[in-house]
Amino acid sequence: MMQNTAEKFPKRYIVYGICAVLLAFAPLLLDSYWTDVLNNVGLYAILGLSLNLIVGHSGLFNLGHAAFYAMGAYTAAILNTLFKIPILLLLPASALTAGLFALIIARPIIHLRGDYLCIVTIGVGEIIRIALINDIFGITGGANGIFGISRPVLFGLKINKPYEFYYLIWIFAAVTVFLFFRLENSRFGRALNYLREDEVAAEGSGINTAYYKLAAFVLGAAWAGMVGTIYASKMMIVSPESFNFWESVIMFTLIILGGSGSIPGVLMGAFLIIGLPEVFRGFANARMLIFGAAMVVMMIFRPQGILPPHPRKYPIPRMDKTNRMSENEGTS
Amino acid sequence: MSLLRLENLTKKFGGLTAVNNVSFESGQGSIVGLIGPNGAGKTTVFNLITGNYQPNEGNIIFDGQPIAGLLTHKIVSMGIARTFQTIRLFKNLSALENVLAGCHCRMKSGIFGGMFRTPAQKREEREALEQALAELDFVGLGEQADVLSSNLSYGNQRLLEIARALATRPRLLILDEPAGGMNEQETDSLIRLIRRTQDRGITVLLIEHDMGLVMEVCEKLVVIEYGGKIAEGTPDEIKENPRVIEAYLGTEEEDE
Amino acid sequence: MEFFFQQLTNGLAIGGIYALIALGYTMVYGVLKLINFAHGDLFTMGAYLGLTLLTSLALHQHLGAFPGVIVLAVMVMGLVGIIGILLDQAAYRPLRESPRLSAVVSALGASIFFQNLVMMVYGAKYQYYPKNILPKTVITIMGLPIPLMRILILLTSVFMMVALYLFIQKSKVGTAIRAAAIDQGAARLMGINVNRVIMLVFFIGPALGGAAGLMVGLYYGQINFTMGWVYGLKAFTAAILGGIGNIPGAMVGGILLGLIESLGAAYISLAWKDAIAFCVLIAILIVRPTGLLGERVAEKI
Repeated sequence: MMQNTAEKFPKRYIVYGICAVLLAFAPLLLDSYWTDVLNNVGLYAILGLSLNLIVGHSGLFNLGHAAFYAMGAYTAAILNTLFKIPILLLLPASALTAGLFALIIARPIIHLRGDYLCIVTIGVGEIIRIALINDIFGITGGANGIFGISRPVLFGLKINKPYEFYYLIWIFAAVTVFLFFRLENSRFGRALNYLREDEVAAEGSGINTAYYKLAAFVLGAAWAGMVGTIYASKMMIVSPESFNFWESVIMFTLIILGGSGSIPGVLMGAFLIIGLPEVFRGFANARMLIFGAAMVVMMIFRPQGILPPHPRKYPIPRMDKTNRMSENEGTS
Repeated sequence: MSLLRLENLTKKFGGLTAVNNVSFESGQGSIVGLIGPNGAGKTTVFNLITGNYQPNEGNIIFDGQPIAGLLTHKIVSMGIARTFQTIRLFKNLSALENVLAGCHCRMKSGIFGGMFRTPAQKREEREALEQALAELDFVGLGEQADVLSSNLSYGNQRLLEIARALATRPRLLILDEPAGGMNEQETDSLIRLIRRTQDRGITVLLIEHDMGLVMEVCEKLVVIEYGGKIAEGTPDEIKENPRVIEAYLGTEEEDE
Repeated sequence: MEFFFQQLTNGLAIGGIYALIALGYTMVYGVLKLINFAHGDLFTMGAYLGLTLLTSLALHQHLGAFPGVIVLAVMVMGLVGIIGILLDQAAYRPLRESPRLSAVVSALGASIFFQNLVMMVYGAKYQYYPKNILPKTVITIMGLPIPLMRILILLTSVFMMVALYLFIQKSKVGTAIRAAAIDQGAARLMGINVNRVIMLVFFIGPALGGAAGLMVGLYYGQINFTMGWVYGLKAFTAAILGGIGNIPGAMVGGILLGLIESLGAAYISLAWKDAIAFCVLIAILIVRPTGLLGERVAEKI
């Protein structure tokens, strides 16, 4: 009860502020290699945040998120190479394709129990990858993929160098954090949590659980689709192997390790899983081995992750009364 | 005037008929008790009313409209709220957020409103918060708004479920063993709470094994045994009914 | 006709392998309601341990081809079964009281761990079983040739499945397993040592999976550290197809999936072969989530 007054400005906000300042100036201190590492961290952070809506907030196990990422990347690649549409204008198109695709596949299976849903998402991820390899509709370029995707152009400035991409990606990440933070502290965000906690009770409290499950899937997929667009223009090439099962596992793992349902946790997870192996490159082979073991150990000793979510805070108007009560309890 | 009317309701699970041709009515503003031995099918009747199960036969009429076959959240938004026999709170969320779940169906804002905090969204959030706090006060948990629901005492968890149900602004409140696990004091204040709920114009339908509570608070009782209705009437009539005495005393002896 | 017959027998052999792996999923799921994601990797371990033992001990040279392979199979099954028990003790047992999804994450982690362990020990390249361990006899049935190997695989897997089925249905221990699958609490009250039942399930399931790994090594000759993932997913599909938690269901589902995949690859498209199983999976979950032999259970509210 004390936390309402004592934590009006929690210390962790200072830490967040310092991290934000460091991130803002990082490219000035780093060479282009390390800037590019941070670019990848940023992309996975946004992917993680989008998957976090589905896995962390709604408790729906999605191990096929790479399929939505691929949808966005390929939509951008195809429309850009065929019709020369500028990459950044394709963001809504990618979001729409990925979101629509999520809606179509999730609609018939959304009522299934959690672990079944998990298996289906794995299956869908694989079907998409195989479809891309088989050059479905003759537009995906088969196993080689699509190349010659153009760079993004923002206000006449062509984004080319790693530090330019850095600001594009991390501004996108910052906007995502801002919007998703507000979203999780709203009616929509709460509804996802009710769903995760107890589906029957949520439905019984008047929440349209099927709608919110689908909405989480579609929104998360659409966001991953947009990340796919940025990725396509950063690499200038997309190919099926960039969207295999392990990509989905990495996105999933970074959420679980960082703290599912927690924005700082997901960012932390992205740094650990994408950034750390770069620091210890000698152990590159053991990377996945350690992740696997870490997932098991984490579930046993700290299932909530490194930085679990903080409870939401509400402006409770009768604060004075509450404080008086708790003080009384303290003295008696 | 009847708010809820069940007509020849039947529910089968495989070969087992859990509810067999049950009919009764709940008058507007009344408190009706559904009683009967364990396993008689009382909770199944509730699950049929709230759309958790679909009846094999029969109709459920709420405020003149048939509701059988509708989805649960739809039924809630029409004005039927419930509590669960096995407490089903959102354990990792605060008492306040549990009650806010009930406010959900009377709110409108979606993804856009949440992301961009439109004036309408802010107003709606503020109103929901006020209502949720008011419902917590109503059940006597106003001081525990911040407490994690799983940290509340058993009796308070039942009260929190009632607050969550009331936050949906129901016209019919369905309580499944609300006094289960409560001590005498808590049961007394529960009786007062049920009466105050009735004073708000809300019709109450409840299942309860505590006969003291049932006889004191209910205006009408419906008795179910083996899925079928065996009696209906005022508490005094039910006390005298030979079939009920047989069913009840019979089972009580078996229990011992 | 001969082409069809070849696809049919090939499908039956693959189906037998799927069924053996599916049994591991279904038994664990039946008792713990957990998808053991690491099961596919235990299958991989079976294949690799089989290769190591085969090359180091050369039993087939000392004992003759068939007795050698049988002894090898018993050794592989025992080893993989023990790994299965260790897996349960380390990754799942501490999570018995946790939410189910925690156990799923742990299972995924264990899968990643095993897969990369195999990669670090044996390398990322394909490994090859020595050729001609078993005679490459082709026998002729009604004028149609079948490799003996296919018949052996199908017969062996059917034999193991029938033995398991009889064990579960007729023996006292089998009854305990079935009881624990229905209601662990009640089983415990009846004096059944549920922990021992779980250990047994985590021995039998992986042992069968390990045997399937050995069969794949002998049948195809090449193995890879990632193969457990694809085989595991397909076997899981088979388990769902038949009705998860249901032992005859896993057998029927496995054989059926092997046939669908083999015939689909032959008559629809070879390039889409791996997608067929997943399409079947999605279709079955939409149309009949309880599987072919599964029963619908009303959720208690």
